[in-house]
Amino acid sequence: MDTLNALFYGFGVALQPLHLALGFFGAFIGTLVGALPGIGPVNGVAILIPLAFSLQLSPTAALILLSSVYYGTMYGGRISSILLNIPGDEPAVMTTLDGYPMARSGRAASALAVSGVASFVGGTLATVGLTLFAPILARAAIHFGPAEYFALYVLAFATIGGITGANPAKTLLAAMIGLAIGTVGLDPATGIPRFTFDSYHLYDGVDFIVAIVGLFAISEFLIFLERPAGTHQPRVEIGSMRGAYRDVRRSFGAMLRNSVVGFIAGVLPGAGASLGSFLAYVFERRISNRNDTFGKGDPRGVAAPEAGNNAAAGGALVPMLTLGVPGSGTTAVMLAMLITLNITPGPLLFEKQAELVWGLIAALYLANVVLVILNLPLVGIFTRLLALPYWLLMPIVVMASFVGVYSISHSPFDLYMMIGFGVFGYVLRKLEISLVPVVLGLLLGEAMEFNLRRALSISNGDWTYLVSSPIANTIYVATAVLLAIAVAMALRRERTPH
Amino acid sequence: MAMGRWTSAVAAAGVWLSLSAFTPSSVECIAPADPGGGWDFTCRTVGKLLYDLELVKEPVKVTNMAGGVGAVAFSNVAAKRSDDPNLIVATSTVGITQIAQGRYPGDLDVMRWLAMLGADVGVVLVRNDSKYETLDDLLQAYKENPGVAVAAGSSGIGGWDHIRLLMLAKEAGATGEQIKNIRWVQYDGGGPAVTQMLGGHVEVVATDFGEIAGFVESGDVRVLAVMSDERLEAFPDLPTAKEQGVDVVGYNWRGFYLPGKVSDEAYQGWADVMKKLYDSQEWQETAVSKGLTPIWRGGEEFESWVEDQTARMRGISKEIGVIK
Repeated sequence: MDTLNALFYGFGVALQPLHLALGFFGAFIGTLVGALPGIGPVNGVAILIPLAFSLQLSPTAALILLSSVYYGTMYGGRISSILLNIPGDEPAVMTTLDGYPMARSGRAASALAVSGVASFVGGTLATVGLTLFAPILARAAIHFGPAEYFALYVLAFATIGGITGANPAKTLLAAMIGLAIGTVGLDPATGIPRFTFDSYHLYDGVDFIVAIVGLFAISEFLIFLERPAGTHQPRVEIGSMRGAYRDVRRSFGAMLRNSVVGFIAGVLPGAGASLGSFLAYVFERRISNRNDTFGKGDPRGVAAPEAGNNAAAGGALVPMLTLGVPGSGTTAVMLAMLITLNITPGPLLFEKQAELVWGLIAALYLANVVLVILNLPLVGIFTRLLALPYWLLMPIVVMASFVGVYSISHSPFDLYMMIGFGVFGYVLRKLEISLVPVVLGLLLGEAMEFNLRRALSISNGDWTYLVSSPIANTIYVATAVLLAIAVAMALRRERTPH
Repeated sequence: MAMGRWTSAVAAAGVWLSLSAFTPSSVECIAPADPGGGWDFTCRTVGKLLYDLELVKEPVKVTNMAGGVGAVAFSNVAAKRSDDPNLIVATSTVGITQIAQGRYPGDLDVMRWLAMLGADVGVVLVRNDSKYETLDDLLQAYKENPGVAVAAGSSGIGGWDHIRLLMLAKEAGATGEQIKNIRWVQYDGGGPAVTQMLGGHVEVVATDFGEIAGFVESGDVRVLAVMSDERLEAFPDLPTAKEQGVDVVGYNWRGFYLPGKVSDEAYQGWADVMKKLYDSQEWQETAVSKGLTPIWRGGEEFESWVEDQTARMRGISKEIGVIK
């Protein structure tokens, strides 16, 4: 009953006109930032921090603004994934897998509607989870040490082969390429430079956003350049809202299931939204892909990662608010801001800053409602993008990519890197190697290595430490079972004649 | 347009120089990191105060130039702007550690070290049910068996969090071989390191106080030592390492360097400006509210202090084999 009272009080805080306005503004800006290639959630939030300072916002107001932006980016990232096959940010990478095929086959409106509703369901369920279980979950999450995290990433990599319908060998190869790229930079344990070729620009490794924008947006442009002048792309149907309604209903189960998956990934500090959307997609594909429709435009393949990444964003706030520990890169930036606003994050935040915490939670419920109201009517406008001729659209995409990447780092080197990744992505596409596993290898590989190195530092190089924990071993067993099922299903499919 | 403004700025600076003391104008502050981090914060806070206190005429422009833990900005300033008197670059102990270990393109003498304005304080802590009651308990245990208690912090091996802990062990009489064998784990920050300690994955955390103050307030952890000259004003119950007979301080200071070829007038002028900023009520309040202890070292005094710090870090880094 206490929780309900506190939440009631929180709504009192969140419904103050200033907070309401900031939430609305943040949700809108976040959607834009998420949709633009090159500016991910981390940077979107970081850019707005000076604004929060110059407006002299109270900590509560500032946090409401930034969290609304954070939730907004999770909505926005899907738009360019679906319409252009260019993820707006890291967690939206998985949405390209089924979202883009849906748009190509004339169901763009449906894909946008499904992903919008999925985002709402994921975001709202995660906020409910945050409201009810935050303190308990935070205490449970501390039992996840390096060995357990490593096991979790092993599970992720073991399932990577199944994410695309294409040749599993090529998918694995792509993931390996991503892993290899992820080794560039300072060695996480010893600080010794690896593959940096004496360039200080490579010390921090490859920036995820630069890699994603290059691989997807720039390579798309190169493919476009290949076409002889004067050829017209076939006109793409947008699809009806009635079809959209049917798809939303059909994928509702996927949304609910994968909100849970994403939320759990978000609660674990350091895992974040990318892992959330990835695990959600893999999970949904395992249980729903009976007729081999995934990867060809199945609405459940859109609903799963979108529910997953929005739920993970909410989950990431659990360790941030209860322990003062970031659950993702974006929450790390928000924590830094709290410290500069003289709020000490930590286990006592719920007690000492009740206004801030409950005001924020209530604001998140409102932000989700605002976002879904904002996003569903916009479906019609976004889909018009598809009616634009490519010769107009592609230069705009390239320009947005250059401006986006440069505006964050002010580094010409990052632009060269982006072009390099563009050419590389072009080559991979020509070889029919999917780009998504490359990005996953890069995103997940770094965290996986970090945790392996941590585990080995703790055990002084003793590898048995990795299998000495019950939680880790449970995850390994689950991995083995999943792999066995996958192999068995593949064998059976070979035996049954088509 | 920009070119014109720049030349007029140079001309203005020239006029000022010939008149009397140096006054900075059209100041740019480079934060050698992405927005949101410590260096970015240093530039933005100090930049804002410089303008608010009317120590500079125009608002200070903050440029983020991330890469190589500050090395990209360092090499950029050395190569292209080595005599720009209106440029300040944020740095901290982290930058000095990189230089001490030869990870910047150049040594200390490439830049002029301006001042430190405040510092976060190093702290060593354990779980509140740990068997280590005092700093001495822990350091003696390390001398008997360096592998006994795994330590963690927010820097990698050879980073400042790690080196600070080893400086304590060394001062307590541990040999080079012993400190080399203390196990060290890096997390993404002090907060994550403490939660991992609470979860039982590591035994000891050595990091900056500001990040983990919340856990001290909640009583989840026991502070063995803070690494400051005197006890912290806000937490007078926490003992320093010094008063426990281990004479080591470990500040993570925040400050600035200037390009290496600026004139003595400009250097001195900047040092005066920074001192005025440091003495202001506004800075003292801002620093404390951000969890920093205001500490001043400026000009020549700061330069020689930086040299001394760097030499000590280099020594430890060699002993534990991080550099040759």
